[in-house]
Amino acid sequence: MSQSHGIGGLVFDEKKKARAPEWNVFFALILIVVVFEALGAMLQGQSFLFDSADRFDTIFNEQRLKIIILQVAIIGIIALGSTQVIILGGIDLSPGSVVGVTAMITMSFAQVAEVNGLANPKAVFGPAWMDLPVIVPLLVGLVCGIVAGVINGLLIAYTRIPPFIATLGMMVTARGAAKWWSKGQPISFPTDSYAAIGQGMNPVIIFAVLAILFHLILKYTVYGKHTYAIGSNELASRMSGIQVSRHKVLVYTIASVLAAIAAIVLSSKNLTAQAGMGMMYELDAIAMTVIGGVSLSGGRGSILGTVLGSLIFGVIISGFTFLKLDAYYQEMVKGVIIVGAVVLDQYRQQRAAARM
Amino acid sequence: MLDYSNSEVVLETRDLTKHYGGVHALEGANFKIHKGEHVAIMGDNGAGKSTFVRQITAVEQRTRGDVILGGQSVHFGSPIEAREAGIETVFQNLALADDLDVPSNLFLGREKIKFNLGPFSILDNKAMREATMAGLVKTGVKIPNILNPIRNMSGGQRQCVAIARTAAFHSKLTIMDEPTAALGVQETAQVENIIRTLKEQGEPLILISHNMRQVFDLMDRIVVFRRGRICANLHVSDTDPQDVVAYITGAKTGEEFPEAR
Repeated sequence: MSQSHGIGGLVFDEKKKARAPEWNVFFALILIVVVFEALGAMLQGQSFLFDSADRFDTIFNEQRLKIIILQVAIIGIIALGSTQVIILGGIDLSPGSVVGVTAMITMSFAQVAEVNGLANPKAVFGPAWMDLPVIVPLLVGLVCGIVAGVINGLLIAYTRIPPFIATLGMMVTARGAAKWWSKGQPISFPTDSYAAIGQGMNPVIIFAVLAILFHLILKYTVYGKHTYAIGSNELASRMSGIQVSRHKVLVYTIASVLAAIAAIVLSSKNLTAQAGMGMMYELDAIAMTVIGGVSLSGGRGSILGTVLGSLIFGVIISGFTFLKLDAYYQEMVKGVIIVGAVVLDQYRQQRAAARM
Repeated sequence: MLDYSNSEVVLETRDLTKHYGGVHALEGANFKIHKGEHVAIMGDNGAGKSTFVRQITAVEQRTRGDVILGGQSVHFGSPIEAREAGIETVFQNLALADDLDVPSNLFLGREKIKFNLGPFSILDNKAMREATMAGLVKTGVKIPNILNPIRNMSGGQRQCVAIARTAAFHSKLTIMDEPTAALGVQETAQVENIIRTLKEQGEPLILISHNMRQVFDLMDRIVVFRRGRICANLHVSDTDPQDVVAYITGAKTGEEFPEAR
């Protein structure tokens, strides 16, 4: 379909639309899989993702695929929030600590009264606060996320301190609060209904549902449009009548609520909460986001990119395990990949600027 | 030479004044623009041109005086209110978001929505696309694909997008603050063509410009600011560039503005 407009009408051509940058991330994912397949064939004599041994009646090695997705799902949920914050032109260093403190507080409201006929040895509150319906810890968890996010947002939007500093403060404070909550003791023995949330492939389903939800929100709502607009040109957005400060509070709140959801899923999956939970998750989440093509200078990127970025992340970790390489290498390579993704983004920007 | 003094007054300011503490940036500005009229505002840097525009568009709140739009005295609380009342401003630094496409930029801050869900209201992308096309046709702007981010467009095209907002929203008055200051020759011509198109359509316009040729080519009237006061009100046909420079530098002052001396 083509349509002309303007005097002398140039053609409006759907094909002239620039290729979506998500394709580049997708090709990178394929390339990395191919590299691991090749290395696997050379070093291990077996396939990375395909079911070469024909143990199961499937094309793919389903077990490995499941592990790849499962191990990135929880941090992936956090990355959905990081994506929105970074598109907004900000940064959030607090979600890892928000996971810690939310897991601790939420788990306190999800405990059973009796373990094997004895009183719960890890009880935080008295018996009246035991065996509560699952909705209670869920609401408590969401409130934790909202409180942390609103504080982040208000600090950034109204005191004008850089997001890096504001969320660094939250990172340290929330971690402290997580340790203070039970004097450093782990909190365990959740109710069955709470424990069910994070079992099996549930984290993946929750990640997928949230990813689709926020993909649609970013693409088709005013919220999404304003997030991109502020990240692209904050001053122009302000002059155009967008309520920039209010919107920032909203985005940071959503990011922290996503961290709180990750905390619920993680503590449910592990059946326990510890003050150190979620340590460094924010960096992994930012890494997934950046690998997924979200520009650290704001205004560009997508949820789809971040989901692909999280898969790249998962494939690399799985691939290293598959090749039986030390876990230490994983972290070193992670660091290289993060810096590489940012360098690539800078290079793309320079090239785009040179074309003008 | 057309005389607009008998046609309807679109915007009038009476004794419009702005003090920043002890600095009198704008002092007692009495100004009128009529339907269909294109008025240039000229003056040295710091003469009060931009301050004048900022009071009209409510980017700042005035110290004193009246702004009368279409016969009604108005007190806008913000630039958004001014825009909703029909005063469309093309700012000196382009108020555009580079990563968004043309319709998103045209409708920035006033998106069309399908149904209202507060901040999560669903966008009506189709309606915005169609209105964008219509607006571009009206201004004669040519853009290969309006759905590409404007980052990759030329300075002229971007300026045209900024100006096309005016046409898309049927504003009562357009204000342009040095729209061609950062543009090349060809792009300047493009913007000037849009100004001519607006002229043909009878849309009133206030243009802040340092470009003498542009002003004499396109405008009906020149209002000169000096040290925060209006010091001349000249019809283009009654004056020449040297004359205007004399007013700008202070060598001459209009007879009807004794306090500006």
